[in-house]
Amino acid sequence: MEAKIAIAIDDLTVAYNYKPVLWDIDLQIPEGVLMAIVGPNGAGKSTLLKSILDIIKPLAGSVTVYGKPYKKQRDLVAYVPQKGSVDWDFPTTALDVVMMGTYGALGWIKRPGSAQKKQALEALEKVGMLSFQNRQISQLSGGQQQRIFLARALVQNAAIYFMDEPFQGVDATTEKAIIQILKELRKAGKTVIVVHHDLQTVPEYFDWVTFLNVKKIATGPVADIFNDDNLTKTYGINYKASIAEGTL
Amino acid sequence: MKEYIDLLVSDYTLQIITLGTAVLGALCGMLGSFAVLRKQSLLGDAISHASLPGIAIVFLVLGVKNNNGLLLGALCSGLVSAVFIKGIISKTHLKSDTALGIVLSTFFGFGMLLLTYIQKLPNANQSGLEKYLFGQAATLLASDVWLMSAIAGVSLLVVLLFWKEFKMVLFDADYTKTLGFHVKFIDTLITSFIVIAIVMGLQTVGVVLMSAMLLAPAAAARQWTNSLAKMVFLAGMFGAVSGVLGTAVSASANNLSTGPVIVLIATLFVVVSFVFSPIRGLLFKQIKLWKNRNDLKLMKTLLFMYNLVKDHENVSHPHKIQLLNNFQGYTKKSLKRLQAEDLILLNKSDWSLTKKGFHTAKNLYTHQ
Ligand SMILES: Nc1ncnc2c1ncn2[C@@H]1O[C@H](COP(=O)(O)OP(=O)(O)O)[C@@H](O)[C@H]1O
Ligand SMILES: [Mg+2]
Repeated sequence: MEAKIAIAIDDLTVAYNYKPVLWDIDLQIPEGVLMAIVGPNGAGKSTLLKSILDIIKPLAGSVTVYGKPYKKQRDLVAYVPQKGSVDWDFPTTALDVVMMGTYGALGWIKRPGSAQKKQALEALEKVGMLSFQNRQISQLSGGQQQRIFLARALVQNAAIYFMDEPFQGVDATTEKAIIQILKELRKAGKTVIVVHHDLQTVPEYFDWVTFLNVKKIATGPVADIFNDDNLTKTYGINYKASIAEGTL
Repeated sequence: MKEYIDLLVSDYTLQIITLGTAVLGALCGMLGSFAVLRKQSLLGDAISHASLPGIAIVFLVLGVKNNNGLLLGALCSGLVSAVFIKGIISKTHLKSDTALGIVLSTFFGFGMLLLTYIQKLPNANQSGLEKYLFGQAATLLASDVWLMSAIAGVSLLVVLLFWKEFKMVLFDADYTKTLGFHVKFIDTLITSFIVIAIVMGLQTVGVVLMSAMLLAPAAAARQWTNSLAKMVFLAGMFGAVSGVLGTAVSASANNLSTGPVIVLIATLFVVVSFVFSPIRGLLFKQIKLWKNRNDLKLMKTLLFMYNLVKDHENVSHPHKIQLLNNFQGYTKKSLKRLQAEDLILLNKSDWSLTKKGFHTAKNLYTHQ
């Protein structure tokens, strides 16, 4: 059975200051996969997510979500940015950040009320952070901050989730909790796309994988394409040594 | 003090100035909070310096001499500078501080050039423009204060209306964009109001010190709270109090110009807040550090004792204090404190671990 295509990327090219960072990317992501995007530092993984989400304007190319342009389908898509992309010293609480997940449906000017708060509390509970709801966000550990970001996206109740390194700097318990949630999302028929750093856990966590290094190297089921050949093409000949040294 | 209050009650001009500086302070504090949280503190500085040529050009070219006309010039040139800064950052590889620096010095330099030229003109009407450099609160008229109050009212309304949008853009602009909000619009709105606040302050505080007026109350307020709403409110209060106190001080002491005194008082708020705030203050942090260090020393002593006794059958068997002599961490005082916390028992020259002490140490050991 052929699955529906959730995301279709066509000839996407992105440059910063005329330096190409993504080159001519064609990528089709089937509905219902839990996909890892892997590639070395600076490969353009974050940039790929940002240009799919229209945060960065690409030089060329198009992105469709279930056959329509992304801009018409925003409601279907939720984003978990890289944790380091915001200032965690910002004066606000965990609950407040998670509430932001409701703002999109709320629209301009309208204030969040008890319905929105209820949604946010449910999401906090899902990620095991209910008792931290009133904590100032700088008082949370790295793993807890990551859970908050995840909860904010869960509130959106989207069909497609994009996450940028959700396992970065988290403790082992949080990593297990997060992967559990991701697998539940997949079970519920959602499509989950994760920029991932740790090659060793790819076969265990994911069923689909995309190799990226400026160009798309390969994409497909982990069982078929997660092999030496593609790893070498993406990371270079010495990738095994680099993994051992932890420099990837 | 009493003299000043008598003066305030009887002197209409002083009332106007006090009201004006209070409103200005509140406005600056409120909008300054957003400038501080955007980490664009230098933006305010650049825009205020960049408003100078606008004043001079309006005076020179259009021959306008009234305050509102001149401030309109300042507003235009402040906005133009903001557009320049954004443009330079997005179109070149320059870092944002560099772009801000370039715009600040170019615009301000040009403004000073024009000001010097104006001062040499034979036409006698030119006097009074220098007041925009360091401000001259004494020239505030009732109509100026009304304008300021109206603008403060509108700003407050906009802040309340777009509260959630402002908060979200300040915290995470990329995410805001994915929710379908027009981030550029929100950003422009915030910048515009900051520019307006700056322009409103030029007559009172002046080009040079204006950015301090914008940032100081907000920086002070940040120290006292972890809630954005409370921070904005507190910053407004600090700003207003600085205005009122500054006016009082300069009215009581002859020849002190009001603007710099207000800024000085706002800065005092910053210093006090940075030292004494219970959440983030340096003093509190230092005390916590000392306390932690002391606790750590105690725990080290306890661990040392634990290691001495852990293989004995009776862990609470007394030992000589001398045994601790080759361990650097202990003092009579620390032993007393350990006893006070029920972790050890002292008996003349002997010490012994209590049950509680033994278990505390054991836990520490396994968690190390
Ligand atoms: N805002 C930016 N301006 C200029 N260059 C950038 C910017 N963001 C990323 N880059 C560059 O683009 C390349 C890809 O970055 P990124 O997408 O963050 O890679 P990854 O997430 O795979 O580590 C890197 O070389 C990086 O230096
Ligand atoms: Mg990245």
